[in-house]
Amino acid sequence: MWTILRKDLLLEFRTREALSALVVLMLLVLLTFTFAFDPAGAREAAPAVLWVTFIFAGLLSVQRTFLLERENGSWYGLLLTPIDRGAIFVAKMLGNLIVLALAQCVLLLLLMLFLQVPLPAAPGSLLIVNVLGLVGFSALATLFAALSVRLRAREMLLPLLVLPLLVPLVICAVEATRIVLAGGDLASTGPWLRVLVTFDVIFTVAGWMLFEQLVQE
Amino acid sequence: MTVRTRLAPIAEHVLPYAATLTMLGALWCVFIYAPDERMQGPVQRIFYFHVNCAWSAFLGFFVAAGASGLFLWRGRPAYDHLAQAGVQVGMLFCTMVLVTGPIWARPIWGTWWTWDPRLTMTVILWTIFAVYLLLRATAHDDPEIARYGAVLALVGVLDIPLIMVSVRLWRGMHPSVISAPEGKGGLEDPRMITTLLVTLAAFLLLVAWLLWRRYETLRLHDEIHNIEDRFTEVAA
Repeated sequence: MWTILRKDLLLEFRTREALSALVVLMLLVLLTFTFAFDPAGAREAAPAVLWVTFIFAGLLSVQRTFLLERENGSWYGLLLTPIDRGAIFVAKMLGNLIVLALAQCVLLLLLMLFLQVPLPAAPGSLLIVNVLGLVGFSALATLFAALSVRLRAREMLLPLLVLPLLVPLVICAVEATRIVLAGGDLASTGPWLRVLVTFDVIFTVAGWMLFEQLVQE
Repeated sequence: MTVRTRLAPIAEHVLPYAATLTMLGALWCVFIYAPDERMQGPVQRIFYFHVNCAWSAFLGFFVAAGASGLFLWRGRPAYDHLAQAGVQVGMLFCTMVLVTGPIWARPIWGTWWTWDPRLTMTVILWTIFAVYLLLRATAHDDPEIARYGAVLALVGVLDIPLIMVSVRLWRGMHPSVISAPEGKGGLEDPRMITTLLVTLAAFLLLVAWLLWRRYETLRLHDEIHNIEDRFTEVAA
């Protein structure tokens, strides 16, 4: 598992292909939002702008999770390794999570810079909310990336598959971020955070268990 | 197969007639037997269709989820056919819920649509299973598609409690007719309860019959496909 993760991350940091594209895409989506909303309006909607930008850019990035293996034919090599298939899922999910987390840090900085969102009173809480949102997103998106990679219409299907299922995460992440950015601490985001944690746990476990079903051939 | 052959005579010869008769009875109950609601007047009568459609949609989706689980576990194509039938029937009734709801809401709430938790929940559920149908339609020739569909149905159903909790937290005006405390809403006239039960029976029979039809169609479709495959093998 660690080997797969190490390989993916090494590949990513040597080429910085996904990360740089992801950050530029996030910047562009952010700019589009700012133009569409007016800077003041975008500041009001900062939590929504943050998560919508993240989700659309993130989906494009997660799309590539299994593409390299498919194209290079190393897919069967990966499947033949004598490890639990669930471990492959966890490795891929963690790889996505790390890349997305780095991009999300940049996105948060850009948000503060462009929209003059003030640094929240409890930066730690903002971090925790973001990490929880990212874990759930990575789990669900990685699982469905494995599903859609074989299909012809995968670019179209991945967002279609993932977006409706992400609704609870979007609602809770946006609301929790709103509270934290308004100066609330972690305790004030209680119910939202609980749903986020449940979402993370359910879909990490479901991904780990169901992944095997998607890669049998 | 044995379950199917045992069910076949009932499903073929009893269900359609039973469903038609109870549906006629249900229509009589709804339009003639049940009294007008005191506040809402005749508009309330759509309730009997709306609520039963909602229950039928849920039933269809849960059949789909259960059959999907069984398919992943046992791998028998019969379970996949049942899962597909469940989603198709569920989607039909879910669409009817989303159509009858606004028709009722316009005169009663004064708006076609509002972001009430139950409405939000239903529309999200609709999108999840609409994607299921899309997935099946775009990749129907992929040999793995049955397993993909099953994973989607299972993950979709796992998501339902989370969606329910989060949309309830998010917005909280839908009448809870059945579970309302005494004297607040609820069906006051016993004739209304009888009507609800008769319509429920009619809808359950209709759902069962539709599920059967869809299941049989999918099964025969598969069988024809297999025969075609064998035929081309022999010819080649």
